[in-house]
Amino acid sequence: MTEDRAPFLLLNEEQEMLSKTAQDFIRERAPAARIRSFRDSNDEVGFSRELWNEMAELGWLGLQIPERYEGMGLGFFDLSVVLEQSGRELMPEPFVSTLLLGTQALLLGGNEEQKMALLPGIADGETLITIGYEEAGGRGGLSKPATVAKKSRGGFEISGEKRQILDGHLADRIIVSAATSDTGYTLFLIDPAQSGVAVTRQFRMDGLNAAIVRLDCLPVTSDAVVGELDMGAALLEAVLDRASVGLAAQMLGASEQAFADTIDYIKEREQFGVPIGSFQALQHRAVSVYTDIALTRSVVLAAARAIDELPDEVPRLASLAKAMASETFMHAAKEAIQMHGGIGVTDAHDIGFYMKRAQATYMTFGMPSQHRQRWAGLHGY
Amino acid sequence: MTDLEAFRAEARAWVRENAPKSLWGTSGSGPFDGYWGGSKCEESDPDVLRWRDLGIEKSWTAPAWPEEYAGGGLSRQQENIIHAEMKAIGVPRPVAGQGLAMFGPVLLQYGNDAQRAQHLTGIARGEVRWCQGYSEPNAGSDLANLQLKAVREGDELVLNGQKIWTSHADLSDWIYCLTRTDPNAPKKQMGISVILVDLDTPGITVRRIDLISGYSPFCETFFDNVRVPAGNLVGTENEGWTIAKAILGHERSSIGRSIARQPGSAQREVVARARKHLAVPKGAIPDPLLRDEIAALGMLEEAFHLTLARIQQSAESGTPGPEGSITKIVGSELKQRRFELGMQVAGTQGLGWEGPGFDEDDLQYTRDWLRSRASTIEGGSSEIQKNIVSKRVLGLPEVKK
Repeated sequence: MTEDRAPFLLLNEEQEMLSKTAQDFIRERAPAARIRSFRDSNDEVGFSRELWNEMAELGWLGLQIPERYEGMGLGFFDLSVVLEQSGRELMPEPFVSTLLLGTQALLLGGNEEQKMALLPGIADGETLITIGYEEAGGRGGLSKPATVAKKSRGGFEISGEKRQILDGHLADRIIVSAATSDTGYTLFLIDPAQSGVAVTRQFRMDGLNAAIVRLDCLPVTSDAVVGELDMGAALLEAVLDRASVGLAAQMLGASEQAFADTIDYIKEREQFGVPIGSFQALQHRAVSVYTDIALTRSVVLAAARAIDELPDEVPRLASLAKAMASETFMHAAKEAIQMHGGIGVTDAHDIGFYMKRAQATYMTFGMPSQHRQRWAGLHGY
Repeated sequence: MTDLEAFRAEARAWVRENAPKSLWGTSGSGPFDGYWGGSKCEESDPDVLRWRDLGIEKSWTAPAWPEEYAGGGLSRQQENIIHAEMKAIGVPRPVAGQGLAMFGPVLLQYGNDAQRAQHLTGIARGEVRWCQGYSEPNAGSDLANLQLKAVREGDELVLNGQKIWTSHADLSDWIYCLTRTDPNAPKKQMGISVILVDLDTPGITVRRIDLISGYSPFCETFFDNVRVPAGNLVGTENEGWTIAKAILGHERSSIGRSIARQPGSAQREVVARARKHLAVPKGAIPDPLLRDEIAALGMLEEAFHLTLARIQQSAESGTPGPEGSITKIVGSELKQRRFELGMQVAGTQGLGWEGPGFDEDDLQYTRDWLRSRASTIEGGSSEIQKNIVSKRVLGLPEVKK
């Protein structure tokens, strides 16, 4: 793409306003320190349902959901504006599970009945939905799962175990991948309240909530299929592309906040009688982080815009956004800790949560090296 | 359709109708890429000359300059559109170079009517070529340390001293110089003036500097009692540092942009070299580590282009952000990574200097790789750029001396 044909990379007036409102709201109501209190109080939910409902009332959860399903009918770009701000304070609310994984799967592959049944509840904050595709032994991503759906009278019987299902401990619906033929697999929408489903909560270092879900001969009807039979890989790939872009928006916000906090700190912290931010060794590294963030902002905005307007460009730009946002967030988090010095490695300081989330997001939906291999393939080499 | 959209359609039609086909796809269409003109120009490609003449006739060599100086009298936005349309098909601007990109805009802002009338039309028509006299042997990154002396004698200024890295001084007609007009000023940034000098004036010696690549655009320019009219001083005497900074800011964003070339071209170039030298005519390159490195380059390239687009869009919307400050840092790094990788995939075939056993493309590539080492130095080193971003964008305290 040439510069004049590049997607439009600026926020319009409404989006600027949305961004500002979200930033103020989140800064005041959802500071990153909450991660520590949820952890220390062994909170059963692990995030705030009240806050989730409030954001639903503000219209943020349904931004991208079409009006016929009681959403706002805007684009993924608008959603990414809010996601970026949610990333600033590392919010553990179920953005990734419900708005990225579950909702995108329904929008891309759900039939009318499934969408009608679930999207309105997602927009108003009542319904949580997620996808389970990771398994033990490092199986995950797009490869064929060990979980199997055997044909039975009236549908299928699913057996297997999924791990690290984001917000799987509370989800009202889980979409799971299960092999349905020698080569293909299928996505199934299941209700974890059914018998045959055992949910075990997991605790992660980064404050996001997850669960192991065991399916033991879980009977489902063919109405539970999301998308088409045996075509789960293609659908999951498209869903993960969108989820990667949304996650990259959160990572961008997190990078910006970690960087802003670090710049504030090195302006104030004095050693040798001067602010340490006056040392060139730190200044040049700070500029390097700033540069990475500026580049990442461009690719995240382009990828989000592509989801709404340039579908053919999505795989390429999603890999670009996820790879760059991962490297940038990691870079910003490492430098944040180093520049904070000793206080940066204490549990009392919030900056450490950025390091933990940087590592978690780096590994989620494909590492940068995997996205670079994919990029190379998409460019024919 | 808005007026600008209508103008874009008009510009697109004109460029595509008039740009000679042989020039399509040959250029990144940056401000320094194309016909530089001047009285010493030996350009003989008829298509290049025809494109120049068509540009002059249309007054689109300097679209946003006033019509009285052979400009097009258009807005900056319209100028951007014209250049974007040339870039879209990879044709150079009809006339390029220092005069149009850097000196002309400065004269429009800081010069007087007589100076504008004397110089601008020649620049817009590609008849007079300008170069820049900034750096000196003891004034590189510490530019304000410059010592080229200019002393007033009656109606004249007498210049003594030396400039270095005067790009293309040997091919230029005029030079705009930063000079020391008040050696006793309390700060070295004070007491500097911008003076215009005809390079044919007696007392000037220009000597070329060979770079590690074997050739170079750079020269040393010596001034030995060079006398120029006092009217050649631009702006206010001893307050030239302001002008110098304005030009530098402009230069850095231009360099970043001019490095950009066509989006995707760095990746394509390295992939093509890998295919040639590793005998992989098509399909996946077998070495996953090499694929990873090329992909990282391609990603950086795409991110750079998207960032340039974002900068341009925010400038067009009237609220330019601070990101323009990083284009030179990123662009020069991208250029170096591209050549490093391109050299790496060539293996020992990249080691040729001249003669048998190496083809022209590889010999040229090796020279270009060597030349690329200068990109993080020229026009303000990356370290100086980082100092500037650190102070102006991040607001970090000044380094204590």
